[in-house]
Amino acid sequence: MGMNDYEVIVGLEVHAELCTETKIFCGCKNAFGAEVNTLCCPVCMGMPGTLPVLNKQVVDYAIKMGHALNCRINRVSKNDRKNYFYPDLPKAYQISQFDIPLCEDGYIDILVNGQKKRVGITRIHIEEDAGKLIHDDSFDGSLVDFNRCGVPLIEMVSEPDLRSAEEAKAYLEAITSILLYLGISDAKMQEGSVRADVNVSVRKKGSTEFGTRTEMKNVNSFGAVYRAIQYEAARQVEVLENGGVIEQETRRWDDAKGCNFLLRSKEDAQDYRYFPEPDLLTFEVSEAHVQELKDSIPELPVAKTIRYMQDFGLNQDDASLLASNKARSEFFDSCVAMHKCDAKLVSNWVIGDIARILNERRIEIGDTALTKENLTDMICLIEKGTISNTAAKTVLETIIEEDVSPAKVVEEKGLAQVNDADALQKIVNDVLAANQKAVADYKGGKTNVAGFLVGQCMKATKGKGNPATLREMVVAAIEAL
Amino acid sequence: MELYRKSASELSALLNKKEISALELADATLARIEAVEPAVDAFLSVNADAMREKARAVDEKRARGEALGALAGIPVAVKDNICTRGVATTCASKMLENFVPPYNATVVDKLEAADALIAGKVNMDEFAMGGSCENSAFKATKNPWDTSRVPGGSSGGSAAAVAACEVPLSLGSDTGGSIRCPAGLCGIVGLKPTYGSVSRFGLVAFASSLDQIGPFGRTVDDTALLFDVIRGKDSAHDATSKDCPFTMPGSDVRGMRIGVAKEYFGEGVSEEIKTAVLRAVDEFKAMGAEVVEVSLPSTGYALSAYYIISSAEASSNLARYDGVKYGYSGRRDGSLTDLYLSTRSEGFGREVKRRIMLGTYVLSSGYYDAYYKRAKMLQKQIAAEFAAAFEHCDLIATPTTPTTAFRLGEKLSDPLAMYASDICTVTANIAGLPGVSVPCGVDSEGLPIGLQLLGPHFSESKLLTAAKCFETAKGGFAVKEL
Repeated sequence: MGMNDYEVIVGLEVHAELCTETKIFCGCKNAFGAEVNTLCCPVCMGMPGTLPVLNKQVVDYAIKMGHALNCRINRVSKNDRKNYFYPDLPKAYQISQFDIPLCEDGYIDILVNGQKKRVGITRIHIEEDAGKLIHDDSFDGSLVDFNRCGVPLIEMVSEPDLRSAEEAKAYLEAITSILLYLGISDAKMQEGSVRADVNVSVRKKGSTEFGTRTEMKNVNSFGAVYRAIQYEAARQVEVLENGGVIEQETRRWDDAKGCNFLLRSKEDAQDYRYFPEPDLLTFEVSEAHVQELKDSIPELPVAKTIRYMQDFGLNQDDASLLASNKARSEFFDSCVAMHKCDAKLVSNWVIGDIARILNERRIEIGDTALTKENLTDMICLIEKGTISNTAAKTVLETIIEEDVSPAKVVEEKGLAQVNDADALQKIVNDVLAANQKAVADYKGGKTNVAGFLVGQCMKATKGKGNPATLREMVVAAIEAL
Repeated sequence: MELYRKSASELSALLNKKEISALELADATLARIEAVEPAVDAFLSVNADAMREKARAVDEKRARGEALGALAGIPVAVKDNICTRGVATTCASKMLENFVPPYNATVVDKLEAADALIAGKVNMDEFAMGGSCENSAFKATKNPWDTSRVPGGSSGGSAAAVAACEVPLSLGSDTGGSIRCPAGLCGIVGLKPTYGSVSRFGLVAFASSLDQIGPFGRTVDDTALLFDVIRGKDSAHDATSKDCPFTMPGSDVRGMRIGVAKEYFGEGVSEEIKTAVLRAVDEFKAMGAEVVEVSLPSTGYALSAYYIISSAEASSNLARYDGVKYGYSGRRDGSLTDLYLSTRSEGFGREVKRRIMLGTYVLSSGYYDAYYKRAKMLQKQIAAEFAAAFEHCDLIATPTTPTTAFRLGEKLSDPLAMYASDICTVTANIAGLPGVSVPCGVDSEGLPIGLQLLGPHFSESKLLTAAKCFETAKGGFAVKEL
């Protein structure tokens, strides 16, 4: 038996840093990338006698995520201490939530190969991040940077509902895109603001019992999630096929080497001695406030993707690409709401040339001068045949820089499509005369050289000719020879 | 009368009338400390320069006619587990011997805002764990009534400094009786306020859900004055703090119902103490109070519940002392585990290590339900029984301690006997209630006996009113000449 006889079972524990103004239990600024040990105070450094005070914004953000993932919100919740020793954890306990997480029993719908798949969410809880150890060849030992201590986190635990590396990747992408949609996290895996622990087990197809799972740490990108699961599933199948058993253990994924290593076995599992955090009282969120937070949730990416597919006939790739970016999809929505031009064309421009320019410049649509009026006007000019697609790219370069009407740009830059039959006929004749060999090839049956000849004609019109008209004229002229 | 014998209220009056200056009082205080410290050993550090500097500032403020704080020019000693900016805060532990906090406890900020003079930091049982003040890594404080005896603990330095007239006022902390017990054994007044009524910010944590800062004084009014300064919600720093309504104590207990619960007069409490406390109850009756019998059936389990909850929290609170960031640091040339083991083995004393082990055990997987969870259930039960009792009475009168001051070294080798010293006081911490200890006589050896009065949450005004009436009826509390 081999890989294909096994089913892979995956559950993810995703930690996301929340982009609140201040840290979870003190007034320190919550920011990434500051000089070491400049964003910390006696409270987040756990100095003797200091006490935590819960930041309400953290609770709000977590509840928003709870709503987005269709969870039940526990309006009365509490914090607990998770005790363990490590130099990056200055109190030697992490304030987290144990038996009463803020959000429970939810689900998320993800799209995999055009199919909607529902993944259960066990819980979402709030907790504080730890600091970072710094190892460097320039000194002996390790140093500690406490800047990250007390940065607020939510931990989102999924049910073991994922059945492939591909599904796990899609799940993680869906989670990060929701975090961005809600504006509650920077969701940058490469900066560590989203981190995933991956639980993997395998079982023979048709079996209903779960196999023993392993947990993988240090999985730091979407690609790594995919690779780590592929590797671990294959490893487990190999162990089982060789008559071995899977041990419940924690393994560390090394993405550079493309393999994982044993971190600790079940026997070494730590006893965290959770108990209720006595420095913080049980907290209660009013029903009205929970509802208020629910009402603030925008349409989320998967729902949006499905709507784009159904309403505008976009394919899944285009629709999800468009929906995955909140600013761009909102711009798309506003253009389409004007009912001036074809939605599919708008989509092509937004995820095509506009996205290319934004990505190149590392900016977002709001950082440009582009307006819904100008983009839709431009597309109307294409639809009416006033300008060619090629000319439109030039128009876009301008209207992305300044708020000026496309018609004016076309006029000033002389971009209007040439439809004058006499003028075009002269160009066609000149091009054919200058490319005798291509003409001969066409006559000899190589009809695909027509494209080359049309291109030459377009070049001669400086992009202003109508390529469809030109093709007809080129073909007619050769056949008339 | 010597200046040092005077109460804070009397000293305030003299200062206000400009009969003495704050600087003169500071000097007199320092002279008194110098004279009696060799016998008492209450202070871990004396803040002479800072005290004189503050005294001068207060005098200048007064000379300019500016408004002065409620404790202007009054010396106050502070227990060494309360953080003082720029001044070592050791918790009487080798672990924090050189720890100088860069921040003040909220209560210290309040003392400074009230223009008090902080005389110094006073001795205690290490990390507030103990009932005799002998668990200090630095020295054992002595009871001013008999210097061969303990002052009680853990706030033994705070109580002894006031009882020996080194300062008129001090701050202590009470997790299971650590203010009331030493107040009782040293013959002074000590108030453990309602949990949350005084900010814990800057109090080095022992058991967070039970710890409470409170005042000591030689008179009820002085104690009330200091409480009035330190109380109040501190929403920016302590999520468990609350506003506590308070008016200075009155002088009438007529109609007040004083409860007596037989559970506090059981085995282990000395007959002399029982007699003295019941005589005090009679005194209240004579003043026009009504005496009612109440029942608190779970009292017998309180001590066990207390040691489980407090040790559990302590094991977590004291985990931060790992040798990495501040305080004592052990072997740095080995592994991380070597650093942890050597730091914690060498930095903590025996009693602290005992509690950490107890606490770690009761929170461990497989034992949590049997110990910690059951102790928390008992906590609810005890609180409910108090609530029920307070439907029939305003205050409950009990002994403060089961015995009077014992000899130095007497209980050091018997931790359980030492733990039993808290038998009458832990219930107030478990239920979050306020309690005050006032002197109610002496035993056959001339050692002070404490009367404890317990009240419902935020009943400090009523508690101190009863205490003051008792004080008046007794013609004031005796001060032992050293």
